[in-house]
Amino acid sequence: MIVPLEHILIFGALLFAIGIYGTLVRRNIVGILISIELILNAVNVNLIAFSRTAILDPVMGQVFVIFVITLAATAATVGLAIVLALYRIRRTIYADEINLLKW
Amino acid sequence: MVTLAYLIPLFPLLSFVILIFFGKRLGHKSAGVAIGASLLSFLSAVPLVLGAIRGQTFTHEFEWLQLGKLPLLFGILIDPLAAMMLFVVTVVGTLIIIYSVGYMHEDPRFSRFFAYLSLFMFSMLALVIARNFVMLYISWELVGLCSYLLIGFWFEKESAANACKKAFITTRVGDISFFSGLLLLYFTIGTLDLQALNHEFLHTFSHASGRLTVAGILIFGGAVGKSAQFPLHVWLPDAMEGPTPVSALIHAATMVAAGVYLVARTFGLITTFPDTLPVIATIGTITAFMAAFIGLTQTDIKRILAYSTISQLGFMIAALGLKGYTASAFHLMTHAFFKALLFLGAGSVIHGTGTQDIREMGGLWKKMPHTSFTFLIASLAIAGVPPLAGFWSKDEILVAAFEAENPIFYYVLTATAAMTAFYMFRLVFLTFFGKPRKELHVHESPAVMTVPLWLLAIGSALVGLPGSPWMNHWFQGFLEPHAAAHGAEHALNSFVMGTSVAVGLGGIFLAWLLYLAVPSLSITLGKLFRPLYLASNRKLWFDELYQATVIRAWYALSRGLNRFDAGVVDGAVNATGVGTLRVSDIKNWIDIHIVDGTVNGVGFVTRQFSSVLRLVQTGLIQNYLILSFIGVLVILFLELKK
Repeated sequence: MIVPLEHILIFGALLFAIGIYGTLVRRNIVGILISIELILNAVNVNLIAFSRTAILDPVMGQVFVIFVITLAATAATVGLAIVLALYRIRRTIYADEINLLKW
Repeated sequence: MVTLAYLIPLFPLLSFVILIFFGKRLGHKSAGVAIGASLLSFLSAVPLVLGAIRGQTFTHEFEWLQLGKLPLLFGILIDPLAAMMLFVVTVVGTLIIIYSVGYMHEDPRFSRFFAYLSLFMFSMLALVIARNFVMLYISWELVGLCSYLLIGFWFEKESAANACKKAFITTRVGDISFFSGLLLLYFTIGTLDLQALNHEFLHTFSHASGRLTVAGILIFGGAVGKSAQFPLHVWLPDAMEGPTPVSALIHAATMVAAGVYLVARTFGLITTFPDTLPVIATIGTITAFMAAFIGLTQTDIKRILAYSTISQLGFMIAALGLKGYTASAFHLMTHAFFKALLFLGAGSVIHGTGTQDIREMGGLWKKMPHTSFTFLIASLAIAGVPPLAGFWSKDEILVAAFEAENPIFYYVLTATAAMTAFYMFRLVFLTFFGKPRKELHVHESPAVMTVPLWLLAIGSALVGLPGSPWMNHWFQGFLEPHAAAHGAEHALNSFVMGTSVAVGLGGIFLAWLLYLAVPSLSITLGKLFRPLYLASNRKLWFDELYQATVIRAWYALSRGLNRFDAGVVDGAVNATGVGTLRVSDIKNWIDIHIVDGTVNGVGFVTRQFSSVLRLVQTGLIQNYLILSFIGVLVILFLELKK
């Protein structure tokens, strides 16, 4: 049985919405980073889904996914490094307690 | 060969440059540099003088500057007159520089002295060889500058400092006259070439004879200042404040003769427009007589010689005014020798005795034999005793005066010759003969001083011979080859010659009578003719007269100008300042209230807006995210609605 494209797209949209929600409301920066991973993975799901149906070469979508995963890993690494440094200096990892860059 | 002439002034100039920069390091070697340069000048002058004797005239010209359309030319003109001057200046100059080594030996500014002497030699030689008036005038001012520097050489003495200013300012009066004369001449005949001043060329301007006569007299005014003629003679006696070699070189032998030289150079001009001649003759005669009269009673050895110089220069100028061109030049040459010798002798006396007052001297004959003997030769020469140099040249002048239309010149000049003999031998008898009047530690000067004295003494004795009848008036023929035709001028005038010898010997006898044989007689005579004595002793009150008239008027004018300056000029300046301050106040108000107000207003408005808008910038990253997410949604919505 082949899962229809619409299901997968709905699944991707849900995943994206969860990611956005997490990003916007989580206080913990690690949580925000995880939510960003969710957003990226929602994109990945869409790319995989379209690679099966689109008129283009299916390899293209899958290669994009590999790239996105790589970039997501590096982004997470850099993000975690920042969080670690931040924690060492400020003794907090809550986003709403860090508001140095204002007026 | 003519390029050799450029070298003549260059050697002393080089010496000046070396001494002014390295003089301190060279110390007493500086004298060697100056003497060497002067000797080299002499050596390079020799071929030119010999060439001139053979009848050659050396000229050369080059363009120095282009002034508008007019080229300003420099050049060289060595005719017999210039050759004679070259000979005199280099020979006398070299001897005097050698003499200075002894005279200035102790001076702390030893090398500076020789630097100035070199500068003087340069300027004087450039003046002599100049072909046109521009170069001549520049050199003319340069010798004036050297004169100023050297009179004031001992500027620590206030009298010397005043004397150099007096000399400079007084001669400046003459220089202004000279310069205006040059301008007038230039704008009339259109050239300043000395060779243009001949009859043939000037006759084409006979329509402008009035202007050219005035130009001639104005140029003569320069000579009046430089050669210390009446009424500008007052500076020369004061110039004796300078070191004695300077008095000998500049204020007796060469520079003061530059005035005579100038008139001789312009002889073509003044004889073409003969209205100038009586002026020149009169001034010369007045000067000769007046200076001799003042010289009769002076007591400072150098001042007597200074008045004697003025008097002899008066003779030369008078001779030119009486058309005695060769007589004047001849006397210039002989005078340079014996007057340089007299001054150097006086310097030796001052060096040996430490005083300048002849009343304190006496009986120096035994202690200073070389000085005394050479001084006596020079005195005999200036008194006109044959066959010494002064006799022949003075005789020539008296002949020229004798042949003039107006006999008064002859009588006055003969009387002056008698006075010359008298005051010179008054000086000789009081200084070298009789008994010492004061205890002085007298010593003869060193050889470096006495050798030049002897060389000049030989010159004083012999230099008159080429112009004497014994050598067939060779010198006159050399100076004026064309005039050989009217040989009558040079014919022996036994009446004049006899009178000249008689008054000379008479003057000497009178001096002997009054100051050696019967000394009390001079005092009695002084009391008997007290007004005359006073007039002579006080130098005819010229200084007092000038002090009371010219200088006081000048001071009054200066004070008036000072008040004008302080009141009107300073007032105007101050008023401008105050006005500027007021305007600035207004501008300041505008700046603060309007310009600054505008700028501040812009800033204020911006701040008001931003104070609201900046609240958006919370620093919380999630706020930004929400805003950008909402933004994306809005854009998406708008896109989809299309």
